Amino acid sequence: MVKLKRFGQKLYLALVILFLYAPIFVLVGLSFNSSKSRSKWGGFTTKWYRSMFSNDTILAALRDTLIIALLSALFATLLGTVAAIGINRMKKLPRAMMLGVTNIPMLNAEIVTGISLMLLFLALKLELGFWTVLLSHTSFNVPYVILSVLPKLKQTNRSTYEAALDLGAKPLRAFFAVVLPDIFPGVLSGFLLAFTLSLDDFIITHFTRGNSVSTLSTLIYSETRKGIKPEMYALSTLLFVSVLVLLIFINRAGAKQEKKRLQQNAA
Amino acid sequence: MKKKNTILLSTPYGLWMLGFTIIPLLMVVGYGLTSRSDGSFTLDNIRLIASPENRRALWLSVRLSLLSTLFCLLIAYPLAMVLRNMKFKSNSLLVMLFIMPMWINSLLRIVAWQNILERKGVLNTLLQFLHLPAVNIINSPAAIVLGMVYDFLPFMILPLYNTLVKIDENVINAAHDLGAGNFHTFTRIIFPLSIPGVISGITMVFVPSLTTFVISDILGGSKVLLIGNVIEQQFQKLANWHSGSGLSLVLMLFVLLSMALVAKYDKGEGSANVW
Repeated sequence: MVKLKRFGQKLYLALVILFLYAPIFVLVGLSFNSSKSRSKWGGFTTKWYRSMFSNDTILAALRDTLIIALLSALFATLLGTVAAIGINRMKKLPRAMMLGVTNIPMLNAEIVTGISLMLLFLALKLELGFWTVLLSHTSFNVPYVILSVLPKLKQTNRSTYEAALDLGAKPLRAFFAVVLPDIFPGVLSGFLLAFTLSLDDFIITHFTRGNSVSTLSTLIYSETRKGIKPEMYALSTLLFVSVLVLLIFINRAGAKQEKKRLQQNAA
Repeated sequence: MKKKNTILLSTPYGLWMLGFTIIPLLMVVGYGLTSRSDGSFTLDNIRLIASPENRRALWLSVRLSLLSTLFCLLIAYPLAMVLRNMKFKSNSLLVMLFIMPMWINSLLRIVAWQNILERKGVLNTLLQFLHLPAVNIINSPAAIVLGMVYDFLPFMILPLYNTLVKIDENVINAAHDLGAGNFHTFTRIIFPLSIPGVISGITMVFVPSLTTFVISDILGGSKVLLIGNVIEQQFQKLANWHSGSGLSLVLMLFVLLSMALVAKYDKGEGSANVW
C-alpha cells in the first residue's frame, strides 16, 4: 500500500514535469525538421543550425537580448543590494513603505507597467529603443534583487561588521571583507533571477522598444503570424542545452565543495 | 558607518522607484481621466469598459483567469505535497527543475503548444495512434486556459512548496497523536498553515492570466479577444493613449484588490517567499 502510494506520487510528479517540458521537446524536434512548415515532418536535418549563423536578424536580436539582460541584471543587482542594506536598517514604518513600493512592479500587471513606462519615456521625449528597454528592464528587476538580498542581510551577524570597524577597517573595506561574503548567495541568486526575467520578458519590451531594437521575444512575436523561422528553434535548442550543461556543471562544483567542507569538518 | 548613513543608501533606489514606478503609474491615471481632444477631466475613458465588446472581453478574461487559477491550484497543491514528502536535500535542484523551462522563451513555448494542439498536431497524432478520439481545442478559450495554466503553473508551485516545506513535522505528528486522521490533519492543520502560500500563488497566477494578450493572440488565433488584447490594440494599433489608460485603470482595480489580499496575509518580507 505504501509502495503504491509512493509510486502514485512519483507518477504525478513525472506527469507535471512532462506537461512543463512537452513544448520544449517539440521545439527541439522542430529544430531538426527539414520541412520549413512546422506542421509537417520532412526528415532529419541539421541545416538550421548552420544557416542560423548567417541569419543577421536573429543574431542581432540574440546580441541585444543578451546585452540588455546582462546590463539590466548588473545595474539592478548594484542598485538593489545597496538599497537592501539601507532598508535592512530602517525602522518598521519606513521599511514597510519601501517594501510596499518594492512590491508594486512585482504584483502589477505587466501590460500596465509596460504602458506606464512608455508614457513616461514619451513624455520625457526619449526615443524608444535600446536605452528605454534597458531602463525598463532594470526597473522591473531591482525588486527581485532586493527580496533575494534582504533575507540574507537579516541572517548576518552585525557584530562581525562592527568588530571589523573596531579593528580599524574603513566601512567600505569592512563591507567587502565581512558583509558581502555573507550575503553573496543572495546577491548572486538575485542577479541570476534578474537575468532570467529580462531574457524572457516580452510584454514590457513590446511597449518600450519602439521599432529600432528587437529582442528574441519581440522577434518571435512578430513572426508568430507569418510563421517562425526554423533557425529560431535551433537557436533556442542551443541556448537551452548550454544552460543545462552550465547548471549541471555548477551543481557538480557545488556538490564537490560541499563534500570538501564536510570532510574538513570531520577531520 | 552610522545607522543614519546606512539608511541613506536606499535613497537612489527610492528615487528610482519614484521616477520609474510611481510617476509612470500616475501618468496612466492622468491619461485615463482626461479627454483626448482637450485634456479636460472626464470619465469617458473608463466608461468605455461598458461597451458591449469591451464588457464581453473583460468578462471572458475574468472567467478564463479564474479557471486557470483554479486549475493551477488543483495541480500544484498535490504536487507541492508530493515534493514536501520527498524531502530534497537542497531546494536548488527543485527550483531549477521548474525554472529551467523559462530559459526557452515563453512565447516560443506557447507557439509549441500551437503545434501540439493543432487539428493534425502532435497530440492528435498520438491520440489517433492510440485509437482515441481527437481533441479540437485550438483557437478556442479552452486552449487559452491551457496556455495560461502552462505558463503560470511554476508561480503557483514554488510559493506553495515554500510554505508547505516549512510546516514542522512535529505539528503534524501531534495532530495524528491526538487522534486526527489524514483528512482532519489536512483540513485543520496543513491547509490553514499553507494559506499564505496559496494567496501568494493565486495572485501570481491570476493577475498575469487576467491581463495577458500574448497567450490569447497565439492560442486563440485572434478569434478570442481578452481585455489585454483590447488595451494592447488601443495603444499599438490605434495609438489612443487616453482610452487605453482608462481601460488599464479598470485592470488596476483588480491588481489593487490582489495586492490588498497579499498585504493582509503576508506578514514577512513581501513576496520573497515566491522564490
